[in-house]
Amino acid sequence: MKSLVCFVIALTLFGGCVGKDSKDLIISGSTTVQPIVTRASETYSTEHPSVRIGVEGGGSGTGINMVAEGSVGIGASSRELTAQEKTKGPDLVTTTVAIDCIAIVVNPSNTIKDLTLQQVRDIFSGKIKNYKEVGGPDRPIVLVEREDGSGTRSMFESMVMGKTDVSDGALQKPASGAIRFTVAGNENAIGYVGIGYLDDSIKAISLNGSSPDEENVRNKRYPLSRNLYLITKRQPQGISKDFIDYILSPEGQDIVKHEGFIKIKP
Amino acid sequence: MGRFEPEKMVGRVLMLFSITAVVVLLLIMLFIFNAGLPLFTKVGVLDFLFGTRWVPSKDVYGAFQFIVAAFMVTFGALLIAVPLGLSCAIFLSEIAPRWAKNIVRPAIELLAGIPSIIYGVFALVIIVNAAHITFNLATGETILAASIILSIMVLPIIISISQDAIEAVPRLYREGSYAMGATDWQTIHRVLLPAASQGIVAGVILGMGRAIGETMAVVLVIGNVEKFPTGFLVPGETLTSAILLEMGEAVVNSLHYRALFCLGIVPFVFVLVLSVLSSRLISRNHERFE
Repeated sequence: MKSLVCFVIALTLFGGCVGKDSKDLIISGSTTVQPIVTRASETYSTEHPSVRIGVEGGGSGTGINMVAEGSVGIGASSRELTAQEKTKGPDLVTTTVAIDCIAIVVNPSNTIKDLTLQQVRDIFSGKIKNYKEVGGPDRPIVLVEREDGSGTRSMFESMVMGKTDVSDGALQKPASGAIRFTVAGNENAIGYVGIGYLDDSIKAISLNGSSPDEENVRNKRYPLSRNLYLITKRQPQGISKDFIDYILSPEGQDIVKHEGFIKIKP
Repeated sequence: MGRFEPEKMVGRVLMLFSITAVVVLLLIMLFIFNAGLPLFTKVGVLDFLFGTRWVPSKDVYGAFQFIVAAFMVTFGALLIAVPLGLSCAIFLSEIAPRWAKNIVRPAIELLAGIPSIIYGVFALVIIVNAAHITFNLATGETILAASIILSIMVLPIIISISQDAIEAVPRLYREGSYAMGATDWQTIHRVLLPAASQGIVAGVILGMGRAIGETMAVVLVIGNVEKFPTGFLVPGETLTSAILLEMGEAVVNSLHYRALFCLGIVPFVFVLVLSVLSSRLISRNHERFE
């Protein structure tokens, strides 16, 4: 009899492991888009208590892959689909929900205020190795970049670096927050983060005289901005459509602004 | 139909469960090798193991700098942890009074239970800055910083296994040594340490396995630079940190994805060899005194 009891307990324990995910909508992907989606899902859920939304990170590539596979309802991406991703998921539909802008950041103790795009390129390619070469203090330059495949990194590489490679001496960080942490803690560091990650612990450099702010992004004077996308398989419908419409609504766009991004319309 | 025999039934159920562990291990192996090995239809094994350029966007996969960095971090950690751990084990098994044992041993076990991300954050805030200032480096995120934090993480393994090994040396050895007029120290380093050597080596090997596989704490402090490491005071990138950084963005079944699994095969095989080695050493250590 004892053994039977043991067996039943064991079965129950095993059975307990097999749970069903009861989320109605899962959104996965870019960690840049994540704060917008997280906040929006919270307010959306208070208005629609019956709908449960799960938000996961993982990066743009993961989000696009997962929505193409159909394992999540919406994928979040901070870059456009690559040709490879388009062939893999021909029915993917992208909706622009916000504008992001990359800021080049240094430690607040660094006296550099303005650089040209060419100078930024030379710094990140390793050609310029000391801040005094661009009018700053006599300090060695420590480059900080995102890991290969990051949406922010691919934006930086296509908009700033072009065909030049980033120096292989650059420190790689798995998230924008980690870049901010490193730059805030090291007076030699220079990196790039989405404008949503700017705070007092780091200093944003203006490019060709334009600082990274909403006005300069809108009138295209500041060169480094990009659209943020939510991606669905086919035209959004049901809860996905309702949620994307919510983010595009004035209320949703306020969240976009609140999280440090730029609304798609002023 | 035989009689219902509870004893046998329990035995079978337990056996089923323990076999599950083996099956899971085999499945994981199968999965990793299956996902990784097709890489070698496009990239040469030698190019992968000894190439020093890693450019996924151009499908160039040379992992030598990751392998070297992983071994540097591991041996650096052992260089610090072995002397410390061994001294601690000797102290605990031979010298410490009961009350000291009662404090130190649980503290060490607690050390083993701290999640690695906590070690990583600690190292990022304290050790990285300390290295940055002490050695006047451009950045403190170095192989040395990773070695230091790993050494703390492997200490519990080295201490507890070495202590067990030293305590397993029969009383007779000690008494024989003292009877010949040997001092405490002579007894320890001439009699006990040689007698327990295999157990101690096994502890070191297990610690090594832990160190080479550790990911989270290392990725936070090592800087992750895909350049060949030229010393302990430069940043590097280990096998596991490369996987962690890039797996999220690799397209499933692409060459990049397969290359990352191959990065995983390297420490996997290494740890497999190490643990077989250490379990043989541990059992031999026990046999010697029976």
